[in-house]
Amino acid sequence: MKARIKFRKYGVMKFIGHLDVMRYFQKAMRRAEIPIAFTEGYSPHMIMSFAQPLGVGITSEGEYLDIELTKPISSREAIEQLNRVMVEGIDIESFVQISGDKKASGMTITAASDYRVYPCASSRSLEEHIHIPLKWREGIPHFLGENQIIVWKKSKKSEKEVDILPLIYKMHADEDSLYLLLAAGSEQNLKPDLVMEAFLNYMGEPLCPLHYHRLDIRARGEDGAFVPLSDMGTEIL
Amino acid sequence: MRKLALNDEILLKIEKPARYIGNEVNSVMKDPEKVDIRFAMCFPDVYEIGMSHLGIQILYDMFNRREDVWCERVYSPWVDLDQIMRKEQIPLFALESQDPVKSFDFLGITIQYEMCYTNILQVLELSQIPLFSSERSDEDPIVIGGGPCAYNPEPLADFFDLFYIGEGETVYGELLDAYKENKRRGGSRKDYLEMAAEIEGIYVPSFYDVTYHEDGTIADFRPVNSHAKERIKKQFVMDITDTCYPSSPVVPFIKVTQDRVVLEIQRGCIRGCRFCQAGMIYRPTRERDLEMLKKYAYEILKNTGHEEISLSSLSSSDYSSLKELVLFLIEEFKGKGINISLPSLRIDAFSLDVMEKVQDVRKSSLTFAPEAGSQRMRNVINKGLTEEDILNGAGEAFEGGWNKVKLYFMLGLPTETEEDMRAIAELADKIARRYYEIPKEKRNGKCQITASSSFFIPKPFTPFQWAPMFSNEEYISRAAVVKHAFGEQLNRKSLKYNWHDAEVTVLEGVFARGDRRVGAVLLEAYRLGCLYDSWTDYFDYEKWQKAFENTGASMEFYNQRERSFKEILPWDFIDTGVIKEFLMKEWERALKGEVTPNCRQQCSGCGVLKWKGGVCIEGKN
Repeated sequence: MKARIKFRKYGVMKFIGHLDVMRYFQKAMRRAEIPIAFTEGYSPHMIMSFAQPLGVGITSEGEYLDIELTKPISSREAIEQLNRVMVEGIDIESFVQISGDKKASGMTITAASDYRVYPCASSRSLEEHIHIPLKWREGIPHFLGENQIIVWKKSKKSEKEVDILPLIYKMHADEDSLYLLLAAGSEQNLKPDLVMEAFLNYMGEPLCPLHYHRLDIRARGEDGAFVPLSDMGTEIL
Repeated sequence: MRKLALNDEILLKIEKPARYIGNEVNSVMKDPEKVDIRFAMCFPDVYEIGMSHLGIQILYDMFNRREDVWCERVYSPWVDLDQIMRKEQIPLFALESQDPVKSFDFLGITIQYEMCYTNILQVLELSQIPLFSSERSDEDPIVIGGGPCAYNPEPLADFFDLFYIGEGETVYGELLDAYKENKRRGGSRKDYLEMAAEIEGIYVPSFYDVTYHEDGTIADFRPVNSHAKERIKKQFVMDITDTCYPSSPVVPFIKVTQDRVVLEIQRGCIRGCRFCQAGMIYRPTRERDLEMLKKYAYEILKNTGHEEISLSSLSSSDYSSLKELVLFLIEEFKGKGINISLPSLRIDAFSLDVMEKVQDVRKSSLTFAPEAGSQRMRNVINKGLTEEDILNGAGEAFEGGWNKVKLYFMLGLPTETEEDMRAIAELADKIARRYYEIPKEKRNGKCQITASSSFFIPKPFTPFQWAPMFSNEEYISRAAVVKHAFGEQLNRKSLKYNWHDAEVTVLEGVFARGDRRVGAVLLEAYRLGCLYDSWTDYFDYEKWQKAFENTGASMEFYNQRERSFKEILPWDFIDTGVIKEFLMKEWERALKGEVTPNCRQQCSGCGVLKWKGGVCIEGKN
């Protein structure tokens, strides 16, 4: 049986990179005595996969990993046992059963991620936010109204020009932050810093210190709307 | 939420910010208002190395069991952060509270190897604590050193207020109580050092004076403060079962060198190899009770979530209940996805059988440490391993499917001849021949024999403490002799030979047996920019040479002289329990190539029998 865990990552834990978060959860599973399944073979490892990596420096209230269980454990117990062994900066939010189908894995179904982007007074402290400049607020509709937004996208292997406009599903300014809903997943993926760089560049504004906060990772629901990955599961009683 | 000492900008710019943020599982947080003593425990190397050290985990746990003490951890900032801290005048901080080390009551530094000495100065300087003990005020922490290098503390004498000689479990309580008492009485720093000087095992270097003969050797070493003792007795715990052991060690976020549960199964070693300092200073050999180890294996795996467990000791094959312990670990944990990593075991039927159970034979290699190539040389160093043992062990392993062997040797041993050097290559070849005796259809392709040699460095409190070392050039030429001999072997295509850096060796030699005067060389090297000397990428021999030049110190004086029995050695004031007469006798037997039996075969009268414990009284109750 498969389960999906949703967690928050904040505070000093924003400095722990994706690979180390994976190692952290492997050890946490043992400390919490979660009945997790292992692969067969000479050096068995836990069956665990993360929906999306989160960059260093970014906080989040919607991170996901899927695990395979050897026997059922109730959502309530699992959350309690896991939270008992967490460090400050990682909280378990939910633990739900998901379909055993490979096509239902978080990694496969991820289609979008949404973020809040906070401008900061200084890069020394990403916790001290300032107001959204009026100019940004006014500039967003123009930015989104362009025919295309070409940026240089660097990958490990190559560097190429990409039009990111179709990958920005939503972008607007709220009171203290910008809201972004961006394409995510194995097919198309857009990182929020690339959007902000292009936006500020378009506005002729200098690049300023920004705090990125992920709100959730989403899949496409039956009606076509983007829903949080945790909605694709059911509570285990 | 915890406030960090470094700002986001710095942490996002440097390599591995996780080294500096604390917050790890099982790290201990306390309210600074509710403790009397703040203790910063430092391993003067990068986080990944320091976090792998068992001794610090033991002391961290022991100190934090006291309600009145908060012990925190400090490591050397890596070179990238070092630069930033200097430029921005950021004081070095402890990981848990993120408070500056200079505001602590104690800075304890574990001194595990000589090549970390410049990092000790880095830690002091970045902490904004005066480098010289004599320049510290009542506001500065008490700087205390411990660990194996504290058995010759003299090169570091000017930089430390106190040294703790021996195992940490015994008198730290007294030392901390005395500190509180002194604080309560409103006593000064000097008052405290005088109280500390009266505690067994504690050495206060500033209370001693050294004079020298014209030839540079020590004329006199004596206490000049009435509280200081003539001799310092090494501390040790006789019953290592009934003592504290951390059941919840700190679990790092990033991968560290020793990323696993470590069970210390015994202390000391019965073998008496004449080059080995640990084998002498940790006498008598003491074993931990099997049931205690089983209990801790469970608890620590549960509390850390580690996926691997390993045993620690100087010679695990000599642990009496090894078989039971290893079989227990395999039975209990192997099925739960826990890896069992075995320490250097003597290769025999049992260890091969066990290894086959816990690792993939095709991928793993076997390790032998013959230490010397010829039997004559092995007798000189008292390594009780014969060529027959090695060939039989390797043979059995080859029959079992292994085809990779690693061999460790030392070069530059006392009395070594060219024949002994060449014997390293010859022994490697004999092992390869043994492999090719197996019929072609039964063996697993070619074999790979990798031999590595380091250069021998005489250490204090060993029978070789009087032995001369060689020059840099001589070491390189000896390695060349071995290299050449490898090229002449029948199976040379299956053999590989590597050797350790000679430049690091001669420096280690100076600091291993140096006196107080080499502290000046260390300081000068640090001023010239030496740091992280144990890291090949950062080791800069030219700067070290310049430091010797600038201070007028002679490397030859410390390394290449054969010391006489009459000479006062800088570390003679420490009493390790092993008497000097025994070391002298062993040095003479070494020169004659005579083997001394191990502690279980026969007592050779090293002197520690008087304590009536450990291996000395085994089976005599």
